[in-house]
Amino acid sequence: MSAVAGRIKTPRTRTGLGLLALALIVSVGAFALAGLGLHGRVPKQLTVYAVVLVAGFVGAWLVMRWTARDADPVLLPVAAILGGLGIAMLYRIMVDRGDPQIWVDQAVWLFVGLAAFVATLLLIRDDRQLDAYTYTIGLAGVILLLLPVVPGIGYEINGARLWARVGPLSFQPAEFGKILIVIFLASYLASKRELLASGVGRLGMPRAKDLGPLALAWGASLAVLFLERDLGASLLFFGVFVVMLWVASGRAGYLVVGAILFAAGAWVGFVAFAHVQARVDYWLHALDPSKVLGLGYFQLAQGWFAMASGGLVGTGLGQGSPTLIPYVGSDFIFAAFGEELGMIGAAAILLLFVVLIGRGLRIAMERTDAFGKLLATGITTILALQTFAIVAGVTRLIPLTGVPLPLVSYGGSSRVATFVMLALLVRISSGPWERRRG
Amino acid sequence: MDRRIRRLGIALVLLFGLLFAQLAYVQVFAADGIRNNDADAQRQIIAEYKVQRGAILTRDLVAVAASVKAAPKADYLYRRTYPLGPLYAAITGYYSRVYGRSSLEQAMNSYLAGDAPELAASNLTDLVLGRTKKGASVVTTIDSRLQAAAQAALGTLPGAVVAIDPRTGDLMAMVANPSYDPDSLSSGTSEQMRAAWAKLNTDPDKPLLSRAKDELYLPGSTFKTITASAALENGYGPESRWPNPHQLDLPLTNGTLENFGNELCSNGAKTVTMAEAFRQSCNVTFAEIGLALGPEKLQAQAQAYGFCPTDPRVSSACIENTIPFVIPFQTGRFPIPAYFERNDPLLAFSAIGLDNVLTNPMQMALVASAIANKGTEMQPRLVREIRAPDNSVIKEFPPQAYGQPISQDSARTLRTMMISVVDNGTGYSARIPGVTVAGKTGTATNGPGNPPNAWFIAFAPAGTGEVPRIAVAVIVLDGGDLGNEATGGRVAAPIAAEVIDACLNRGACPS
Repeated sequence: MSAVAGRIKTPRTRTGLGLLALALIVSVGAFALAGLGLHGRVPKQLTVYAVVLVAGFVGAWLVMRWTARDADPVLLPVAAILGGLGIAMLYRIMVDRGDPQIWVDQAVWLFVGLAAFVATLLLIRDDRQLDAYTYTIGLAGVILLLLPVVPGIGYEINGARLWARVGPLSFQPAEFGKILIVIFLASYLASKRELLASGVGRLGMPRAKDLGPLALAWGASLAVLFLERDLGASLLFFGVFVVMLWVASGRAGYLVVGAILFAAGAWVGFVAFAHVQARVDYWLHALDPSKVLGLGYFQLAQGWFAMASGGLVGTGLGQGSPTLIPYVGSDFIFAAFGEELGMIGAAAILLLFVVLIGRGLRIAMERTDAFGKLLATGITTILALQTFAIVAGVTRLIPLTGVPLPLVSYGGSSRVATFVMLALLVRISSGPWERRRG
Repeated sequence: MDRRIRRLGIALVLLFGLLFAQLAYVQVFAADGIRNNDADAQRQIIAEYKVQRGAILTRDLVAVAASVKAAPKADYLYRRTYPLGPLYAAITGYYSRVYGRSSLEQAMNSYLAGDAPELAASNLTDLVLGRTKKGASVVTTIDSRLQAAAQAALGTLPGAVVAIDPRTGDLMAMVANPSYDPDSLSSGTSEQMRAAWAKLNTDPDKPLLSRAKDELYLPGSTFKTITASAALENGYGPESRWPNPHQLDLPLTNGTLENFGNELCSNGAKTVTMAEAFRQSCNVTFAEIGLALGPEKLQAQAQAYGFCPTDPRVSSACIENTIPFVIPFQTGRFPIPAYFERNDPLLAFSAIGLDNVLTNPMQMALVASAIANKGTEMQPRLVREIRAPDNSVIKEFPPQAYGQPISQDSARTLRTMMISVVDNGTGYSARIPGVTVAGKTGTATNGPGNPPNAWFIAFAPAGTGEVPRIAVAVIVLDGGDLGNEATGGRVAAPIAAEVIDACLNRGACPS
């Protein structure tokens, strides 16, 4: 018996397919426009790209219909449009910079992501399978997180130790580790929520002995920061953990204690790490004439200049100068959209993320079991916080933490991991895959 | 749990609300300020170089600044060129992706770059048709023939010539030596531009500053036109008589003020009329006139012509700005009355255009223009109109009066006095057969041991019933080619005459 039984099914299919068609048209259109804006002609790979993109997403759609009949119809189209816009922008940036191979790689990663989406749906026939291996999954998550620190496997790029190389394959294990950690948390909290729910006082301050898990997560987050110098991931883990703890226990006290620990952690990070102090200084003084030419300041200033020059409607794809921004393909791809699609285009991309978040939380609410609810909430929160962190960083609302913009920016690991998370949301929304017999 | 998930949703939406607000701030509300940040120069210039920038044209439509397609592989679509180079440098200015813009390139940038609101319709058409955005052209008041004639007349002498149409204030010619080639700052590699910039800025002759309007010099005897104006306006007629010693004992000092070359005025007659003293340019007489008028009246008269008040004890900066102009222009300077308090000698020297009275050819051409135009001084005009890419006129800049420094009667009297300067006075070498020229010479000391600066201001035709069509001011620095022998009459007057002749007899300016 599916947890989401009783829905009308046919209109969902039709809506979903219509949205997917729209998403693919926008994606291919953006790709063509990027070429037109850049060189005055459509990219020579347009036909191949369009065919493969449509085939890939329609294929994924069919697998989704087959393995998850009652799946949420909006997630895949939103993923298609965000991924498609990301590839169009990466094409535009990398061709302009003279590195065309990079966008081709990223397009390949998009399809690897789709394959991972399909594989997840085929492999995880019922999300409750995951609930059975709480600690195994938790351990695997921690191992993945720590992999970059292991000598011989892990290595460092741009001051953060985020990478692992296994054989010919290098990836960011934390991108996958965070999925396992969220599954672990959902499973752990679902079983312990009764215990955690009793509290002291009106706010429900947690009893001292219940603070253990919180302290552990805090320590783990700091460990990530200390060992890998990855500010973004550290904040993300802790944020997701506190949110899930609160949702599971219903005790606002966890939020209070969480906020205090967050502030303390931020302080420790600031005091202990020059690179954290530098990030804060970049943020505060990006346009300071005496500093603006320093790389960290320059990047933020260029991001602002790009977005400001885009104005309300943007310069048009391929017609701005986003390549003036250092690392525009990864951290600052959102600023490139701001420049070329204007505030309207940038806001539309943010709205797509809001839609994704809304669907994710709705999926959580439609489930009747605690594990499903918590898993959907956790995954959604990770996507939301990550999106917020990078967009707020690029727009100088907060100091920049270099996390990828899900589905959009450069990064194979992030692309694949996000598709896996979306597949999990799809699985949670549809309930178990029951093959017809006979 | 659902209630908390819903609350989480609300919290996340609020969080994203902050992002939307910040986006609106950066991209819309604060966008102009952010875009104009100096550190954003690359993006500003890339944007501007995508536009086919409008041309700067003379009145007779000769392009003196134009945008041409850059070489196919260049970083920028268009390249700025100045076909006549140094001849128009002070007018066009430069347009450099390293050093920004100056003069008309700066002042008219919104039109030239195609950003002015009047161009919105044309921009939209270009956008819809996918054409390159085009800027508007600026039509100046300069006449290319007169500009060439003025440069030919000045030759290579250090100095400047300014010619103005007294009826409209139109600047018809403005040349200065030395000048510079705006191309050297506007095209080529950044390294070439930096080298050119360094060279221009270390040159002791300061070629980036025009001697016609950016530098200031003592006006010497040309200032007597203003002292005479003040006298006429305050009841001293041309026939008013003044004591005529060959030198003036200055009150409160041991110093004296002498006539030029320590000569006797009017062969040493006991008294001399103002008109006669003007014709012969007697310093003693005009010092007496200045002392008789007092500092308030002299300063008020100078300010009415556009000399801004300064306090030389503090600085030479204007306390109050006077004549507006589209590009940078240093107006003349005359000290405030407080400066002369209990110091008559300074007033005596100021009345003959020395001490701390400062001016330049542009200011002096405006003085001559006002006298020529029945006492009404027109604001100097350099830009006539703006033309859209389709050649339609989208904006006109009509002539505007600056003020009435002297009455019509005084102007008529002063005109007669100036005619006699050329007819049989110090300015005789400005005579042109068949043309009545009104003028005034000036020979201003230029620091001990240096040859003097030679001045001449004039207008023509100045005959009875004629309406003057050109007013000219000429300065030749450091004695020009005559060194210590130089006087305004010998060095500057012939140059003015040549320019007037080109205008009136050789058709080099509009009728």
